Amino acid sequence: MQDIVSSHTISVLVDNEPGILARVVGLFSGRGYNIESLTVAETDAKERLSRITIVTKGTPMIIEQIKAQLDRLVPVHRVRDLTVEGPHIERELALVKVKSTGEKRVEALRLADVFRAKVIDAKTDSFVFEVTGSSDKVQTFVGLMESLGVVDIGRTGIVAMSRGGEPL
Amino acid sequence: MKPEESATTGADLLVKALIDEEVEVVFGYPGGAVLPIYDSLFKQNRLRHILVRHEQAAVHAAEGYARSTGKVGVVLVTSGPGATNAVTGLTDALMDSIPIVCLTGQVPTHMIGNDAFQEADTTGITRPCTKHNYLVKAVGDLARTVHEGFYVARSGRPGPVVIDLPKDVLMNKHDYVAPKMPVQHKSYRPQVKPELKKVEQAIEMIANAKRPIIYAGGGVINAGPRASKLLTQFTRLTGIPITNTLMGLGSFPASDKQFLGMLGMHGTYEANLAMYHCDVMINIGARFDDRITGKLAEFSPKSKKIHVDIDPSSINKSVRVDLPIIGDAGQVLDDMLRIWKAKQPKLDQKALKAWWAEIEKWRARDCLAYKQGKETIKPQFALERLYHHIKDKDHYITTEVGQHQMWAAQFLKFEQPNRWMTSGGLGTMGYGFPAAMGVQIAHPDALVIDVAGEASILMNIQELSTVAQYHLPVKIFVLNNHYMGMVRQWQELLHGGRYSESYSDSLPDFVKLAEAFGAVGLRTGDPSELDGVIKEMIKIKKPVIVDVLVDEKENCFPMIPSGAAHYDMLLGPEDKAAKPISEEGMVLV
Repeated sequence: MQDIVSSHTISVLVDNEPGILARVVGLFSGRGYNIESLTVAETDAKERLSRITIVTKGTPMIIEQIKAQLDRLVPVHRVRDLTVEGPHIERELALVKVKSTGEKRVEALRLADVFRAKVIDAKTDSFVFEVTGSSDKVQTFVGLMESLGVVDIGRTGIVAMSRGGEPL
Repeated sequence: MKPEESATTGADLLVKALIDEEVEVVFGYPGGAVLPIYDSLFKQNRLRHILVRHEQAAVHAAEGYARSTGKVGVVLVTSGPGATNAVTGLTDALMDSIPIVCLTGQVPTHMIGNDAFQEADTTGITRPCTKHNYLVKAVGDLARTVHEGFYVARSGRPGPVVIDLPKDVLMNKHDYVAPKMPVQHKSYRPQVKPELKKVEQAIEMIANAKRPIIYAGGGVINAGPRASKLLTQFTRLTGIPITNTLMGLGSFPASDKQFLGMLGMHGTYEANLAMYHCDVMINIGARFDDRITGKLAEFSPKSKKIHVDIDPSSINKSVRVDLPIIGDAGQVLDDMLRIWKAKQPKLDQKALKAWWAEIEKWRARDCLAYKQGKETIKPQFALERLYHHIKDKDHYITTEVGQHQMWAAQFLKFEQPNRWMTSGGLGTMGYGFPAAMGVQIAHPDALVIDVAGEASILMNIQELSTVAQYHLPVKIFVLNNHYMGMVRQWQELLHGGRYSESYSDSLPDFVKLAEAFGAVGLRTGDPSELDGVIKEMIKIKKPVIVDVLVDEKENCFPMIPSGAAHYDMLLGPEDKAAKPISEEGMVLV
C-alpha cells in the first residue's frame, strides 16, 4: 500500500527573489523527484511573493518528503498539498495553432466552439485557439485538433486553488 | 533602527556586522575580489584572521571551531577558485549540520555574467551545498543580509550559509544599521518547542516498553551541552540502554555502564543487536542514516519508533516512525524529564532486567577484541594507548576518514559533548587536520589531536604551514598502514583482494616533513616504544606528527557489510569467509 504512486498538486508561497525557482527546481532534480508541471508568477507585488504550483508524482512517503524539503527552503513561506487538503480546482491554459483549409478548418472552428476555446488570431489558413480548463479538457482538445492540422502548442501547466473562502 | 555612524564602505560595514555577531575569528585566504575586506581587517583589532593555505581547509577549520565551541564558524574567501575550493567544506558542513557563514568575494555587479577573471556563479554552485545563500547586490542590503545569514546558519538545524559579495558592493558607502536582535525572519522560523501532547505520548510509550533503547545523534550535540546533560539524566533516571551515532558520541558519557557504544556499520555487536531486538526505539537527534540502518527492510522490525528531530524533513525520510516529535533536542529532553518526574511511571523492571541480561550476553562477546603481538602495532592498540595517556587531560579529537576514523570512534571514549570532530555525512578525507586547527584556535591550551591515516593526512598537509605560523600545537597521530585502509578492506571483502590503486606508494618521510615545517616528527613501529612516543608527543608544546607504523592488514570489525541487516555482522577476520556479500550489497557504497 505504501508504494502506490499518485499525482499531487502542491502550492508553494515563496519570496520573489532571484534564484528561488532554481532552488525549487534544483531540489527536485537533486533528490530525484518528478516535476509533471510547474507554474510560477508573482502574486503579491507589495510583499514580493510568488506562488509556485507544482504537480508531482510519488509514493506517500516521497510526497511527504517533497513537502518537508520544500518547507525547509529559507524563502518558502507556505507549502500546501491541495490534493490532500480537501477539494480544489485546477486550471490550465493552452494556445493551439491549427493550420488547415476547407472542411478541416470549419471542423476545427466547430470543435473550438464546443470546448469554449477562443480564437485569438486568425489568418485565411490558420487559427490560434486559446482554451482554458482542467488538464483533461485541454488534453482532449489538443488531441482532437491533432488530426485537423496542429502546428504549434503552448501550455501553461496547472494553476490550482482550494475551494471555499480560505486563502493558501 | 538608527543609523549609528556616517557612511562607511561595504567592507567596513561587513567587519562591523561580524563584530556585532560576536565573531572573534575568521578563517580565510585573500584574493582580488576581497581586497577591500582585507583592508578593513588590517585597520582593526577585534577580529582575528587566520590565514590558511587552502580554502577547503578554511571551511574545515571553521567547522572545528564551530563544533568545539557551539558558535558559528566564519570563513572568508575570494571569488572564483576561492569559492569553488570552499565547496567541499560547505558540503561537509551541510551534511553534518554545522553552522558556518562563508563570505565569498565576487566580481563587481556590472561584470557578473561576463566570464570575468576569477568569476564563478558562486550562488549557483553553492545552492545545493548550503542551507541558504545570498548574493548582495547593493551595499544597503549588506549588514542586514549578514545578520540574517548568521540567524539562518545557527537556528533550527544548523548549516552553512554563503554570502557572495561583489567588489563594488564592498567599496560603496552606506550607513551602518545595528541589527535588531533576535532577527525576526519573515519566512524561516523553525519549530524548537515540541508539542507537549506528543512528548506525553512518548513518555507513555517508553513507560510501557519492555526492551527500550535510546539512539542519540548529533542533534543532541547541536542543541548545546545542556542537552547532553539532560540526555544523561533521562537515561540514568530510566535505566534504559543507550547507543550513539558517530555524530552523537560524547552526548552520553562513554564510561557509563548504560552506554552500548556506537551503532551502525562499524558499531558494536551489543548496540546493533539491541537496535534489532528492541520494542521501543527513542531516536533523539539522529537521522536513520544508511550507515546506521543497514538493510532497511530488516531495520529494527519489531519496534515502535519515536523520532525527535528539529528538521521535519528528517521524519519518515527512510524509516517510518510511529511518533515524530519536531523540536530542539534540548527542549524535548527538558519536557521528557519534567513529565517523567511528574508522572513517575513505572517501567516493567523485570522486563528491563531481562533485556539488560540479554544485552550483557551480547556485550560479553567483546566484539572489539583484537590480538596485540610483540612485533607490530595494532591500530586499535595504538588508540587504546593514546586514550590511556590523554584521558585525564583536557583534550579534543578530530579525525580524517577511513579505518582510523572508525577505530577512533570505537576505542577513544568520549565523556563530554563537543570533544569529537569527525566528518560523518560527507566522509571528507582531509577534514581532520584543518578541523584540529580550528579547535586549537578556540581552545589554545587544550590537547588537540587529529587521528589520521597516512593517505588522508596528505589531502590537506599544506596546513602544516598554518600551524607553524600561528604556533598551534596540534598533534597529528598517523596510523600508517601504507594503504587507504578502508578501500583496501572493501577490496579484500568485495573485490577478491585486488588492491587496485589503494597502496600508499611514495609516501613522504613524515618525520622530515614535520621538520621541514618547523614541527616535530616522531616515529615508531615497535609496540614497546609506543607509550614513550605518545608521552613525548603530549609533552612537546609544538605541532607534532607521530608516524605510527601499524599492521598493514588489520581490518576494522565489527562490520555490517553494505546491504546486510544488523544481526548479520562480521565479527572478525575468521567470520568473513563464511558470509559472502550479496549482489545488492555490492552496488551500495
